[in-house]
Amino acid sequence: MAKTIRDVYGESLVKYGATDDRIIVLDADVSNSTKSIIFGKEFPDRFFNVGIAEANMAAMAAGFAACGKIPFINTFATFLNTLGLLSARIYGSYSNWNMKFMGAYGGVSDSFDGPTHHSIEDITIFRSLPNFQVLVATDARHTAWLVKNAIDHDGPMYIRLSRNAVPDVYDDNATFTPGKGNILREGDDVTIIACGLMVKEALDAAETLAGQGISARVVDMFSIKPIDTQLIVDSAKKSKLIVTAEEHSIIGGLGGAVAEVLSANGCGVKQAFVGLNDVHAETGPTDTLMKKYGLSAENIMTQTLKGLGR
Amino acid sequence: MATIDKKRVEELKEICAEMRIDLIKQLHKIQTGHPGGSLSVCEILALLYLEIANVDAKNPKCPNRDRIVLTKGHAAPMLYLALAKAGFIPKEEFATLRQLNSRLQGHPCPKTTPGVETASGPMGIGLSAAIGMALALKLDKNPAKVYAIMGDGELNEGTVWEACMSAAKYAVDNLTVIVDLNGVQLDGTNDEIMPMLNLEAKFAAFGFEVLSCDGHDIVDIYETIHKANAIKGKPCVILANTVKGKGVSFMEGKNSWHGAPIGAAEFAQAMKDLGGDIDG
Ligand SMILES: Cc1ncc(C[n+]2csc(CCOP(=O)(O)OP(=O)(O)O)c2C)c(N)n1
Ligand SMILES: [Mg+2]
Repeated sequence: MAKTIRDVYGESLVKYGATDDRIIVLDADVSNSTKSIIFGKEFPDRFFNVGIAEANMAAMAAGFAACGKIPFINTFATFLNTLGLLSARIYGSYSNWNMKFMGAYGGVSDSFDGPTHHSIEDITIFRSLPNFQVLVATDARHTAWLVKNAIDHDGPMYIRLSRNAVPDVYDDNATFTPGKGNILREGDDVTIIACGLMVKEALDAAETLAGQGISARVVDMFSIKPIDTQLIVDSAKKSKLIVTAEEHSIIGGLGGAVAEVLSANGCGVKQAFVGLNDVHAETGPTDTLMKKYGLSAENIMTQTLKGLGR
Repeated sequence: MATIDKKRVEELKEICAEMRIDLIKQLHKIQTGHPGGSLSVCEILALLYLEIANVDAKNPKCPNRDRIVLTKGHAAPMLYLALAKAGFIPKEEFATLRQLNSRLQGHPCPKTTPGVETASGPMGIGLSAAIGMALALKLDKNPAKVYAIMGDGELNEGTVWEACMSAAKYAVDNLTVIVDLNGVQLDGTNDEIMPMLNLEAKFAAFGFEVLSCDGHDIVDIYETIHKANAIKGKPCVILANTVKGKGVSFMEGKNSWHGAPIGAAEFAQAMKDLGGDIDG
């Protein structure tokens, strides 16, 4: 187990923000949770904790962006796509200002706090905003890259982070290209396209499937918008089934984005959707919660076998 | 003036002492949950559920019941303990808090837990919901009252002040707002994170009658709520002076105990402070 995603995030803000005065970090009284406090302690002049006032924070961030700064807007993911949404739409999307919405506690990672604090619609919501890019953190190394990439890209962005330590998917040699998915395992029968914590689950499922004579390609589709159309179309050509897997509602997120590509390109391949099946989850420990709601390698297996008619 | 008899005061003190012990035992056991803001709101919840509000565990949806809206939803553990004392849920059920398949979700949910009026957790919308309830009750000529219990950090949210303007405009006098004024929020003290300056003057300027009390003194809370309920023609807020983490020495006044897991040595100290039994 690596460091927690949130610690890596806070440290990355310091690393890349140290030499770039344009970086501004805002938080709404959850900096000890999002770990933006790590930046706040190093660079108090460029850190603004505005209290429990998310709508205010997002709109203030817009003002910084209008003056050439790069604001990183921090709170729990669910509060960004609710209380922060008006500014995301008007200042980020419509005005195309350079605002970075950093969704801490994505998915069900704040598991014990329960559905009020889970974020299961964020990808759908931010994906629908013109000009926005939407990216999902896969593991610790990837999280550090996401921060650098956010600084390098001039435009509004939503990045979904996670609360806890997660298994490493990548090693130090890993490379990431904006807008491109990463093929992590090759296979011909089925392609599993996943993001975030579900990437590791997809790899585990592929391993088990191999034991049953089914070979699966596994793709980390960390960039949900823009999405890697070419990779999806190529995968569809060689696969009997596409499986999407996300720690998110199955409506309009990664699964929706992949389905749009498949149908627009006439791929004609069946798709199975793994994710929260149009329900709120509940309170509980992350691992058992994810199993109960089908966010697991087991369920990816089940849906794959079902999709292949086995 | 409404008064509460001495024997009942002693009983309620005893009940609050038990609630604090049960709270810390469970939060220690499950290593999750919010001790600070639960401890500060203990007496307020106990008085409302057990003494003042017209609620009936046998008929939780009774149309004439008073509505208790805990807008600072992270104090759910203390809310559940009050509900257990009032008979809405079995006491043993508290052991399922924050576990899978429990009716006691991390934050309050009216769908799962009898006696809970609104979902809360995300701050800043509870007062508005309470105002809607109060206005609906008035339309129905229903004499029930609405109580909204808020955090002081929660007052940072702009919607709270939008709600206050609505409460004044519609002269919502069947609503009593109680602010758990513990001076501390998540990242630090109110003054460090977002200075609220003169809250009394702020609420008054927004059209409220402003009362205050010692939020850990049973008699003071009791009398002040009754005073507030008697005010007609305008909304009323009680600024209840409390201590975040009240009763547990090392938690008192500390934002670091807003939601931190309780370690073994800390648990032992907490039980010593509260007069609880480590093994029990
Ligand atoms: C809209 C929203 N933003 C942030 C949070 C995270 N949060 C939970 S409790 C809390 C601090 C609350 O402070 P206060 O209202 O003073 O409560 P108390 O001191 O009584 O615990 C914060 C920031 C939240 N629950 N809702
Ligand atoms: Mg407080």
